[in-house]
Amino acid sequence: MNDFKQWDDFEGTLWKREVNVRDFIQKNYTPYDGDESFLAGSTEATDKLWGELQKLQKEEHAKGGVLDMDTDVVSSLTSHKPGYISEELKDLEKIVGLQTDKPLKRAFMPFGGIRMAEQACTNNGYTPAPELHKIFTEYFTTHSDAVFSAYTPEMKKCRHAHVVTGLPDTYGRGRIVGDYRRVALYGIDFLINEKKKDFDNCGDGTMLDEVIRQREELAKQIKALEGMKKMAELYGFDISQPAKNAREAVQWLYFGYLAAIKTQNGAAMSVGRVSTFMDIYIERDIRRGILTESEAQELIDHFVLKLRMVKFARITTYNLLFSGDPVWATLEVGGIGMDGRSMVTKNDYRFLHTLENMGPFPEPNLTILYSSKLPESFKKYCAYISVKTSSVQYENDDIMKPVWGDDYSICCCVSATQTGKEMQFFGARCNLAKCLLYAINGGVDEKLLEQVGPKYAPVTSEYLDYDEVVEKYVRMMDWLAGVYVNALNLIHYMHDKYYYEAAEMALIDTDVRRTFATGIAGFSHVIDSLSAIKYAKVKTVRNEDGVVIDYIVEGDFPKYGNDDDRADEIGIWVLKTFLDMVKKHHTYRNSEPSTSILTITSNVVYGESTGATPDGRKAGAPFAPGANPSYGAEQNGLLSSLNSLAKLPYEWALDGISNTQTISPDALGHDDEERVRNLVQVMDGYFDRGAHHLNVNVFGVEKLIDCMEHPEKEEYANFTIRVSGYAVKFINLTRKQQLDVIARTCHKLM
Amino acid sequence: MRYNYSQGLIKGNVHSLESFGLVDGPGVRYVVFLQGCALRCKYCHNPETWSVEGGSSWTARQLFDKVYRFKDYWRDNGGITVSGGEPLLQLAFLTEFFALAKEKNIHTAIDTAGQPFSKDDQWLERFSNLMELTDLVILDIKEWSSEKHRSLTGMGNDNIKDMAVWLSEHGKDMWIRHVLVPGLTDDEEDLKNIGEFISTLKTVKKVEILPYHAFGVPKWEKLGIDYELGDKQVPTKEEIERAEKLIKAH
Repeated sequence: MNDFKQWDDFEGTLWKREVNVRDFIQKNYTPYDGDESFLAGSTEATDKLWGELQKLQKEEHAKGGVLDMDTDVVSSLTSHKPGYISEELKDLEKIVGLQTDKPLKRAFMPFGGIRMAEQACTNNGYTPAPELHKIFTEYFTTHSDAVFSAYTPEMKKCRHAHVVTGLPDTYGRGRIVGDYRRVALYGIDFLINEKKKDFDNCGDGTMLDEVIRQREELAKQIKALEGMKKMAELYGFDISQPAKNAREAVQWLYFGYLAAIKTQNGAAMSVGRVSTFMDIYIERDIRRGILTESEAQELIDHFVLKLRMVKFARITTYNLLFSGDPVWATLEVGGIGMDGRSMVTKNDYRFLHTLENMGPFPEPNLTILYSSKLPESFKKYCAYISVKTSSVQYENDDIMKPVWGDDYSICCCVSATQTGKEMQFFGARCNLAKCLLYAINGGVDEKLLEQVGPKYAPVTSEYLDYDEVVEKYVRMMDWLAGVYVNALNLIHYMHDKYYYEAAEMALIDTDVRRTFATGIAGFSHVIDSLSAIKYAKVKTVRNEDGVVIDYIVEGDFPKYGNDDDRADEIGIWVLKTFLDMVKKHHTYRNSEPSTSILTITSNVVYGESTGATPDGRKAGAPFAPGANPSYGAEQNGLLSSLNSLAKLPYEWALDGISNTQTISPDALGHDDEERVRNLVQVMDGYFDRGAHHLNVNVFGVEKLIDCMEHPEKEEYANFTIRVSGYAVKFINLTRKQQLDVIARTCHKLM
Repeated sequence: MRYNYSQGLIKGNVHSLESFGLVDGPGVRYVVFLQGCALRCKYCHNPETWSVEGGSSWTARQLFDKVYRFKDYWRDNGGITVSGGEPLLQLAFLTEFFALAKEKNIHTAIDTAGQPFSKDDQWLERFSNLMELTDLVILDIKEWSSEKHRSLTGMGNDNIKDMAVWLSEHGKDMWIRHVLVPGLTDDEEDLKNIGEFISTLKTVKKVEILPYHAFGVPKWEKLGIDYELGDKQVPTKEEIERAEKLIKAH
């Protein structure tokens, strides 16, 4: 059995015999069911560093969103000399390491696609180095170039028409969470050794495609691990051995994450479930008398400071899709272990407390793994933080745990993944609302007025007939699922080949489980459209060529979001039908297919490229975000809406079902104490019904309007709101998105 | 039990349903707004509930089945509130509805202006039947003097004060509410008198000042009724505090 003196006082043996962080956590963590009274405020160093960073962020905002960019250095683990928040204050930084040599300076990352990297520069007024252009077009194939060289004409057409959309074909796919804790617990040398053993045991000597690929990938992983050591050396740290105390544990872990964000620019670059793990080191140091609570909080504050600085160079249109510069540095607290013990530790409080010590902020994307069985005092503190900051989200541990165990992370906005054991092929989503329009128009796109889908028989009657539309819809959906899944197969093949996530995969088991995450956009509009066709009368409006371009709804019909089974059952049917169609197809590397109902802020862009729908939604109007009911559909208030959401079986949407709600403080209770109690009660009820996710915003529409009109006000600099699956600073949204957020139902006093 | 089931023959006329009421009674409430009210309060924010016509028709059982789906959110801190309109105008339906709620041990509240209250024996018997099934009465005291009440709402309020006394004598928990409109319902003497009256009641659990708001104005416009309080302002924080002090002085 391996042993290190850094492991003194830790219990357990399995995790010493093999890489097994979960076992280490279960054997060593200390559950905490007390309240927040032990917490320490920010230290002087934290205030200074945060003050400095805020100055930089203001400058960044004033410059249109980008402070500085690289134009001639390709980002790698060791491409940059060490960077600090500020040279003068660098001794105050308890946790160090930046993506580049300067704070908020965005790295040049061409491997996903050189055009995207160059455009990101030019869009922001920078000129990329011409020699890099030559290298990445003439000598090296990027992921994006490879994908586009292999796409079928049909795939390109679907992409152009936005019936499949947001595909990771021009940028990093992200969503892979390395088990960054391994760096701290084992040190790099141990991990290299384990990977070398895997390399030696890879295959029986017969060089099958899989074996060759596995060997090449392992070689890349080992190289990445060696690179991490060098990267840490630049900062003056030797991470070849396990961390010996809490500060080293946080630092080592952060170096693991830093390696990921230096080498990959995925849409989502999540941190994972690190809180309870860190707590074990903090508890040991406190027991040994070498760390105080204030110092422990400072470590977490400084770690979070770093996560608040993660940036990627993005093009303008990317920002329209994922607004507000998010990176989904998602980080979890809470949850309950398989043995029934709460996994809440003091450190979970410390992470939430960063929102008090340094004020609200969108990143890291703090996620509470919720269960009504969590300690009452913790639930209350979470609700209190929601009421005060609107910066955290909730996900149902009770329904995720049976699927993913008790050591899963959230790998994007809301999707679960087993930490260190799993990777995901991110699939963005396909537009099922547009697909319904294709079914009615026989594959003709209602915006482009071109044949995009197959030329199936269109609906020719003036009024839509439910049975006819459903039959045609199922057929069209089946076609779309095929194109969509196969486009993803191709994309992920190329990503593995040309933009392999060596640093993240080096911190994941070699024998990795792969999931294939498809997604649905336009969910609520499909439900309401089908419901309108079934329960009211829907008249078609055609252009001179007979293409239906608008719909007139006559009469009332049940809408999704009112706890009305007539509508909600349609939603469940749509979900299951689509999932079954996805599952029919081969999925790359035998990954396990799943789907999701989450659109992020892209609901605005998806809506823009979709014509009028039979539920009365106008052409180009935004979709409802995620699995939210359509704007204006909710007739009976928040809980009715929550009940509709809670009916969607998580088992059929394992990649997540996102729900974003805004509650006016006056409607939530008379005072904070009442608000906290009421919010806990609502979440207990909602999650006990089996719902998956809830974004909670607590503020009035008046505040949003004032912030939109007066973004310069000091109080709005970090005003954070939850949108579909992540948090953003409201001032960083486009005006269109701001208006969309304002227009969405705010549950207020009757 | 003295009340009789109508076997679902009585239908309630419901204006709207709100699944998420957190300030109309203790905890998380499902609020049912019934149709119909005889008062014509100048600041009413639900004028579309005045008419007894309109709304949707429900049996007590249908409505209860719908509402009971929300029990998970109530736990030991919430339940059902019936508001309006004036809920006491649909006494028989309300009684049947609450009887179903009480079978499941659910907290019940009525949000009323008390206008239908009468000491007529028959009416009072039906009312006391309902009160046996009601945990809390949220009662508006809109004005102190009956004349001012008549000018504000179209009707006097002697019977409303009688109702408060009746509830007090019968040990029924109450919340008292007063809508504060600066320059209209904020007279110092009146507020003091209301406060003094409240102090004589034995079962008042909470006294609330509801700041006037103008959210209902578009509804008046839609209904084509003149809104007389167009010049009235929302009370300031100080005005609210002053009113609270006066009304809670005792």
